Amino acid sequence: MGAEESILHHTESRVDPARQRAVAEALRAFMPAHAVLYREEETRPFECDGLSAYRQRPMVVALPETEEQVVRVLRTCHSMGVPVVPRGAGTGLSGGALPLAEGVLLGMAKFNRILSVDAHARTARVQPGVRNAAISEAAAAHKLYYAPDPSSQIACSIGGNIAENSGGLHCLKYGLTVHNVLRVRGYTVEGDAVEFGSEALDAPGYDLLALSIGSEGMLAVTVEATVKLVPRPEVARVIMASFAQVETAGNAVADMIAAGIIPAGLEMMDRPATRAVEEFVHAGYDLDAAAILLCESDGTPEEVEEEIGRMKAVLSRSGATQLRVSESEAQRLKFWAGRKAAFPAVGRISPDYYCMDGTIPKKRLGEMLGFIAEMEKKYGLRCPNVFHAGDGNLHPLILYDANDPGQLHRTEEFAAEVLEKCVEVGGTITGEHGVGIEKINQMCVQFGAKEIEVFLALKRAFDPGGLLNPGKNIPTLHRCAEYGRMHVRGGKLPFADLPRF
Amino acid sequence: MQAALGRIADRIRAAAGGEGLRLRGGGTKDFYGGPLAGEVLDLREYAGVVTYEPTELVITARCGTPLAELEAVLAARQQMIPFEPPHFGAGATLGGCVAAGLAGPRRAANGLYYGSVRDYVLGCSLMDGRGEALRFGGQVMKNVAGYDVSRLAAGSMGTLGVILEVSLKVLPLPVARATLRFAMDEPGAIARLNEWGGRPMPISASAWQAGELAVRLEGAQAAVDACCAKLGGTRVDEGEAARYWQGLREQADPFFAAPGALWRVSVPPTSAPLALDGRQLIEWGGALRWWKTDAVAGDVRASAKAVGGHATLFRGGDRASGVFTPLDPVLARLHRNVKAVFDPAGVFNRGRLYPEW
Repeated sequence: MGAEESILHHTESRVDPARQRAVAEALRAFMPAHAVLYREEETRPFECDGLSAYRQRPMVVALPETEEQVVRVLRTCHSMGVPVVPRGAGTGLSGGALPLAEGVLLGMAKFNRILSVDAHARTARVQPGVRNAAISEAAAAHKLYYAPDPSSQIACSIGGNIAENSGGLHCLKYGLTVHNVLRVRGYTVEGDAVEFGSEALDAPGYDLLALSIGSEGMLAVTVEATVKLVPRPEVARVIMASFAQVETAGNAVADMIAAGIIPAGLEMMDRPATRAVEEFVHAGYDLDAAAILLCESDGTPEEVEEEIGRMKAVLSRSGATQLRVSESEAQRLKFWAGRKAAFPAVGRISPDYYCMDGTIPKKRLGEMLGFIAEMEKKYGLRCPNVFHAGDGNLHPLILYDANDPGQLHRTEEFAAEVLEKCVEVGGTITGEHGVGIEKINQMCVQFGAKEIEVFLALKRAFDPGGLLNPGKNIPTLHRCAEYGRMHVRGGKLPFADLPRF
Repeated sequence: MQAALGRIADRIRAAAGGEGLRLRGGGTKDFYGGPLAGEVLDLREYAGVVTYEPTELVITARCGTPLAELEAVLAARQQMIPFEPPHFGAGATLGGCVAAGLAGPRRAANGLYYGSVRDYVLGCSLMDGRGEALRFGGQVMKNVAGYDVSRLAAGSMGTLGVILEVSLKVLPLPVARATLRFAMDEPGAIARLNEWGGRPMPISASAWQAGELAVRLEGAQAAVDACCAKLGGTRVDEGEAARYWQGLREQADPFFAAPGALWRVSVPPTSAPLALDGRQLIEWGGALRWWKTDAVAGDVRASAKAVGGHATLFRGGDRASGVFTPLDPVLARLHRNVKAVFDPAGVFNRGRLYPEW
C-alpha cells in the first residue's frame, strides 16, 4: 500500500479502562514500565503494519527483552483470557500483525541478536527480530548468505518471514522461507516451550515446522530460529530482454523452463511499470517494449557463461526484440534496482496504490493480463504489473486516490475480482504476502467449508482458547456466508446449513 | 475414478469403531514404522497422472500411481522428482512415497536440487477419518493461503488420512554429472563434506563408507568439469556410478546386507563421528548416518540426541519400544491434537508412527 494513503478500515473500539489497567499492571509486575505501553500516544505507532489501510490501536503493547518475559506475558494473558498478537518489524503487507482492541500486542523487536553463525555447518541461529538482510551481512565474511530475499529485506524480520513464509526474487531456484529454515524454537499460547524441526535435516513425528511456517503467528510464538546459509555464487549476470507483446514475454518464460533452465531470478514488468520505474531509478529499461524480462544466472563463472548462452538462445527464439546482458556487477545491480524499486516508483506516479499477490499457473498469464486490462476499463483505474514470472506470482498494482472515496471502493472491488480470477484459473489468492486480515474474505473463495473447518480445528489443536492472533488468516464460516462469494465445488453450494443474513 | 473414491470413503466410514484401516499402496514400505495393524485398504486402484505441465514444473497424480510410471513420464520430458525417493520394491506408489516422507541421495544437494519430499509437495487432497475429501495447497510454487497441510502430510505415515492426490514440483534433469572417489577416514570425510558444502560446488550426493568417500556432481557441463578439476580424486565410470547411487537409494548396496539392525541416525552434518559399535555408512554431507549395529535402542538414541539429532530403527532389531524417537510431552500433546483434527476416531494406521495412537 502507498505510504501516504489514508485509512480504509479504521476501527476505534472502546476499551474498558479497568480491564486495560488490570492487564498493564499484571504485565508490569515482571516487566519495566517502559516495556508495557497503554497510553494512546504510546500505542499509536503500533496501530498498523505494512498494510496501513487497516488500523487499530492495541489495548496494551508488551515489548519483552528476555525469553522469561515472553513466557510470562503469554501465561499472564492466557490466565486473564487476553488475546495476544505477535509482531516483528511490522512490514507485513496483509495485516497479519494488526492489533486487537482488546488484545496485547507482543512486539518482538528487541529480540534482535544473531546468536551464532556456524560457517562449517552453514547455519545461523537468530532471534526473531533480526532483519532478513542482517543475516546475509553477518554470513558474508564466510562467503555465505541467507537465500530468501523479500523486497523489504532491509527492514523485515526473520520472525515475520517465518510467520508469512516469505518469498523473494530468487525463490524459483533457492526456495521460500519454508525451504530455508531448519528449526524454530518458541512457545505455545500457554507458555509451553516447543521446538519444531532440528539442526539435522529432519525431526521425528509430523512436520510441524512446515505447518508453523506461514501460519501467520497463530500457532506459536517464535523466540529463536536456525536458518540455512548457502554459498554465495561466485558470479551472477542478468539478461534484460524486450518483447513487443506481453503474451510473447509470457511464452518466453515457459520456453525457458521447457529448455530445462531454472534461472536464479526471472522477473517480468509491463510497460506502465517500466515507465514508472525508469523515471525514478534510470535503470536503462527499454521503454518501447510492451514488457521486459529480467533473467538471472548465477554460479561459477564457467556455469554462468554456459547458462547465459543457453538463455540468450531461448529468448531470441521466443521473439525477444532486444537482449542486453549485464557486463559488470554494477550494471547487474542497476538492472535489478528498477525491479526492486517498482513499488516506490509506482507510489510516485499515483497518490496511492494497492498491491495484489496472487499466483497463477504460468500458462494462464496471457488470459490473466487480458482480464486485468478489462478490469482497468470496468473500474476506471490503472494497473501496472510486475511479476515473479518464473513462479507465476503476480503483483498487479492498482493506482488510486484514497481521497476519493469512490476510488477506494472501486479498488477493493477490482482487487477482489482479480484474486477470485486467480483461484478460477487454478492459482491462489496469495503467493507470499499472506492472508492476514486483508484477504480473509477471498479465503472463502479459495477453500471450501470443509477445508476451512480443518484449518479452524488445526488452530484449536495449538490454541484451544483462540487467543493467539485470532481472526487472521482463516475466516469463520459465518464470515464466508456473509461475504457471499464462495468456493463452489461440483455445483454444490457450501455452508448450506448456515443461516443467511 | 469417482467410483474408486466412493469405495474408499465407504471403507473409511465402515471402519469407524472397528479395528481400523491399514493404508497400503504397493506394500514396499510395510517394513517401515511401527507394527502393521487394521484391515488393509489397498489404494492401488486410485491411480493415474491427473495433469502434467512440464513448463509449469508441476505434476499431479493419484496416490496409487506407481512411482516408476511417474518417473518414466517425467523422464520423457527430461524432468525428474528431485528428491530421489527410494522405491524399496517394484510396486512403490506415489502415496506411499509421500506418506513415508523418505528422500534419497540428492536430499542434501548444494543449490537447486536441495530438499526432501515435503520441500517439493505443493498440494494434496486427503480423505480424512470421516470419509471427507479435502484439498490443500495447489499446483503453484508460491502459495501461502491457509495452513500448509500438504507438507504436513509428507512423512505422516498415513496417520492423518488417505493421501488421494499429490502435486509435486519437479525439476529438469541435470545436463551433466560425474562421480569422484577419494580415500578418506571418517573425520576427514565429515570435515571435507561440510567445507565443500559451503562452496558453490554442484555436489548433488555424497557417501562415505569403509574409508572411501564418493561424491556426485550434477549441473551445467562447465560447472561439473570445473569442479572435477578442483576436487581431484578418481573419476568413476558413469555406469558404475549410476549403479552405486541407485544401490544407496534402494538399499541394495552390500552395506545394507551386513548383520545387525539398521538404524537411521539423522544429525547436524558437522557432528563428530558417533561412538557406536558396528558398521556405518554416511550420506547427505554428514547429516545422515546409517548404522548396522546390535547396540541397544537407548544407546543409539542417546548418541543421536547428544549431538542434537534423532534415531529411527529403520529395519530389523527389537521394535517393541517403538521405532521413532519419542516426543517430549508438549510435542506429543500437539501431535495427538493434530491427529484428532483429521482422524478423531483413530481409523488410520494405528501405531504406525507412535505406539499410543
